[in-house]
Amino acid sequence: MVYEITVDGKPHRLDLDKAEGGWECRLDGREIKVDAVVTRRDVLSMLIDGHSYEVKRERTPTDLHMWVGSTRYGVELRDPRSLQSRRTMAGDEKGPKKLVAPMPGRIVRVLVEERSEVEAGQGIVVVEAMKMQNEIKSPKKGTVQKILAAPGAAVNAGDVLAIVE
Amino acid sequence: MFKKILIANRGEIAVRVIRACREMGITAVAVYSDVDRGSLHVSKADEAYHIGPSPAAESYLRMDKILDVAKRSGAEAIHPGYGFLSENSKFAQACADAGVKFIGPTPQSMEMMGSKTRARQEMEKAGIPFVPGTSRGLSSPEEGEEVAERIGYPVMLKAAAGGGGKGMRLVHSREELRSALESAQSEALRSFGDSEVYIEKAIVNPRHIEMQVLADEHGNTVWLGERECSIQRRHQKVLEESPSPIVDPDMRRRMGEVAVRVAQAANYTNAGTVEFLVDQQKNFYFLEMNTRLQVEHPVTELITGLDLVHLQIRIANGEKLPFVQEEIRIRGHAIECRIYAEDPDNNYFPSPGKITRLLAPSGPGIRRDSGMYEGWNVPMDYDPLLAKLVSYGTDRQQAIMRLQRALYEYFVAGIKTNISLFRRILRDADFQAGKVDTGYLGRLLANQNDGGPPQGPEPAIAAIAAGLFAVLDPASSGNKDGNLGGIESVPSRWKQKGRSEALR
Repeated sequence: MVYEITVDGKPHRLDLDKAEGGWECRLDGREIKVDAVVTRRDVLSMLIDGHSYEVKRERTPTDLHMWVGSTRYGVELRDPRSLQSRRTMAGDEKGPKKLVAPMPGRIVRVLVEERSEVEAGQGIVVVEAMKMQNEIKSPKKGTVQKILAAPGAAVNAGDVLAIVE
Repeated sequence: MFKKILIANRGEIAVRVIRACREMGITAVAVYSDVDRGSLHVSKADEAYHIGPSPAAESYLRMDKILDVAKRSGAEAIHPGYGFLSENSKFAQACADAGVKFIGPTPQSMEMMGSKTRARQEMEKAGIPFVPGTSRGLSSPEEGEEVAERIGYPVMLKAAAGGGGKGMRLVHSREELRSALESAQSEALRSFGDSEVYIEKAIVNPRHIEMQVLADEHGNTVWLGERECSIQRRHQKVLEESPSPIVDPDMRRRMGEVAVRVAQAANYTNAGTVEFLVDQQKNFYFLEMNTRLQVEHPVTELITGLDLVHLQIRIANGEKLPFVQEEIRIRGHAIECRIYAEDPDNNYFPSPGKITRLLAPSGPGIRRDSGMYEGWNVPMDYDPLLAKLVSYGTDRQQAIMRLQRALYEYFVAGIKTNISLFRRILRDADFQAGKVDTGYLGRLLANQNDGGPPQGPEPAIAAIAAGLFAVLDPASSGNKDGNLGGIESVPSRWKQKGRSEALR
């Protein structure tokens, strides 16, 4: 199996082959033999050359992270042979972007109107949680195509609040 | 002894009190709001009763509903925990009127300590050292200017009914005083419904050190050692330890004796905490008294070997303190971290939501008082405190190392927590040297390039792990549908197998 993996913005290529007692990995051309066991969901025990690593996987609606010990790495994973990841790759560059709630909360205010022009990083919706207000910002420069958040409404993490094109 | 106690709280402190009840053979009654049905304190209790909608004002702050549950369940006493109704003298009075014992001080003591200016007046009479300033609210800006001139700038304006930094202003010069007073007064009015503001000399880079006291209802009062609470973010404590690195036995005894005098002046009963500001010359000044069990009480329990909640219940039951001052021994060192649901990468913003994975530390010298569990949905309606991680060691160095080890084991996924903040504090040279004051954490956080943790071959490990996860644990690898745990659909093994064969 071949994966294109980005760790904290740096691209890597990983080849994985099942081998006797573990996995033959080729990371950017370097050969590494790994014995790997999933000890529980999202927790992986790896033995590499006698060293033991416990790696935890954390997923949010928007991100994927790997925790090695107590260090967190932002990770993107693509299977170049998968049609779907090719499609999402292409969609990432241009086109509409969703504005999602990073946490559950209540919509306090909507700061812009539909069809208005916004800058990347401009606040669009204010969500309140645990008595603190948080401005959810536009992921890109563009036009606010649709606003799906209404003041007073409760939202869950991952809910789409607006679409910017 | 009481047969049944109601706990008028939620989260980790409710669980902590329920545990004490169970240890003492007392039936524990929990109360819960709509959103807390699945919370830990409900399942740990012997009995649990619904008291209303999620907002605290409609549930945990409703005295009538809580007293109604006490009556229905036959609870003879109420433990208020901290926060919510714990320092509300009207609630203590309502309990007394309903014939239910309030586990805490009398309404009169609470009232005296509830107003900072009134507390100052009483303490002045008792000869307690406090920061120079006025013991009454300022009547005019002119009076403020006159007092500030006398005690010297910088001065601090403080709301009489205040707490948590609200209605508080640091004033460096006469020019700033008038507008600072106006804004402090209006903020105090908005936050506490009382615009009374008084003035104090500002102590530059003070430490915040507090003394635990315990008083029975027969006139016996003891002190149980100090807690160093200087590590604060926006006036909220983050990490506490006992003993304080700067307090020696003589200073401890002097602070303890003053704290006992404060408690006696207020006719105080049950557990309480006397807070002091300490200047760079180690002079200490009375700040206020907290008339409840503190969040950070476990560090005192670890170094004294006492259980403060057991003792609170025994005192409320009318028992005498089972020891005298000379029998109390302080041994070892304890440090507590407050684990909050907040995002260190996003200005410590609250981060409620579902806990998808929880790996919790244990082992020698580690105590964990937690209100969370894997799969729990942290509600957005309350304080973000999830758990307290406390370490104990023979000395401070060992307590720090144990805490670092435990933090390394701690993993919470699905929500953001401030666990990484503690790793940063504990490896900081100033913290390790015990050089902290109330400005310490602000300075640490402002310093962006402290190097961070050492980087090894870990990015490569992360890349390999990401690939292996995709192969070995694919049932939960997709994050596009926002499904974060719970019951997930497991794809057919046949389909998986077929897919990986095709990719070979």
